[in-house]
Amino acid sequence: MVTSVTSFGRSGLSDWLVQRVTAIVMALYVLFVAAFLLATPDLGYSQWAALHKSLPMRMFSLLTMISIAAHAWIGMWCVLTDYITVRMIGPKATAIRIFFQLGMISMTLLYLLWAIDILWGI
Amino acid sequence: MLNVSIYRYNPEVDAEPFMQDFEFDAQGKDLMVLDVLEKLKVEDPSLVFRRSCREGVCGSDGVNISGKNGLACITPLSEAVKGNKLVIRPLPGLPVIRDLVIDMAQFYAQYEKIQPYMINNSPAPAIERLQSPEERAKLDGLYECILCACCSTACPSFWWNPEKFIGPSGLLQAYRFLADSRDTATEERLSKLDDPFSVFRCHGIMNCVQVCPKGLNPTKAIGHIRNMLIRSAT
Repeated sequence: MVTSVTSFGRSGLSDWLVQRVTAIVMALYVLFVAAFLLATPDLGYSQWAALHKSLPMRMFSLLTMISIAAHAWIGMWCVLTDYITVRMIGPKATAIRIFFQLGMISMTLLYLLWAIDILWGI
Repeated sequence: MLNVSIYRYNPEVDAEPFMQDFEFDAQGKDLMVLDVLEKLKVEDPSLVFRRSCREGVCGSDGVNISGKNGLACITPLSEAVKGNKLVIRPLPGLPVIRDLVIDMAQFYAQYEKIQPYMINNSPAPAIERLQSPEERAKLDGLYECILCACCSTACPSFWWNPEKFIGPSGLLQAYRFLADSRDTATEERLSKLDDPFSVFRCHGIMNCVQVCPKGLNPTKAIGHIRNMLIRSAT
């Protein structure tokens, strides 16, 4: 068993499942928005704002934002633990990797809070 | 004449590795790559590589042949030569000891981790632990692995994290014991695999399947391990 402290769910199985489920949520969101755009040829601000003011749409958008955050966390964590390692760049790698990991996690959470602010600020 | 380019490195003499070109006359025969290496070694006895059975059973002569990992003894020139050129390098990702010989300690360390032996603490029956033909059939496609390391050294996840990711070969073997009806340590084995590295560094790119000289499918075995982990999880 290899231990880890900065991965999303601490468990490989949990991260794997979250990665799959969030991908489905994001795909559904893209399909829905694409379908809405195609079905509304003379789209204007009022219709776009009305869509995003409705509670179900806000929930769907929020769920998608959370999915993007979780998906990005897991994906970026994989990339950082692949390339910023002692094997790849030498003994300073652990400190550099933790710096980037914490930076990535902070940015992800900040973007998520910002997205909530935008969604409820319409 | 065939142009053969071989990776050479003797740490006692060379500052860094280099590619050495040889001219080779196959006399129109579709020889195996190992035959070429053997004949070139007569020409230049300092050339070093591993080999033993010369028939794809021992797994000693895994090398990178024109960009693809494989066993030199069962790879014919007709498959390996591209544009009259044959390029032979050591398996990638593990330290080179000399020429085509790599240090496989990391590979074996991962193999050791998965406890590649039967665990069953119940009293042994008088003759043997029986299996039904169906139970035995579950081991097909798993027990045939010869630990040549062609798959693990073709896997980028193993290149980047060879001390954390078990690698396709070790995981194929892990599933071989998880699938064995006579083994009773399933839960214990699974509990050691549920971290973000051991199994889950596999992103399913299937390089392992593409190169396995025995035609085995480690990606499929890894999928089975993942399903077992899901079934045993809450």
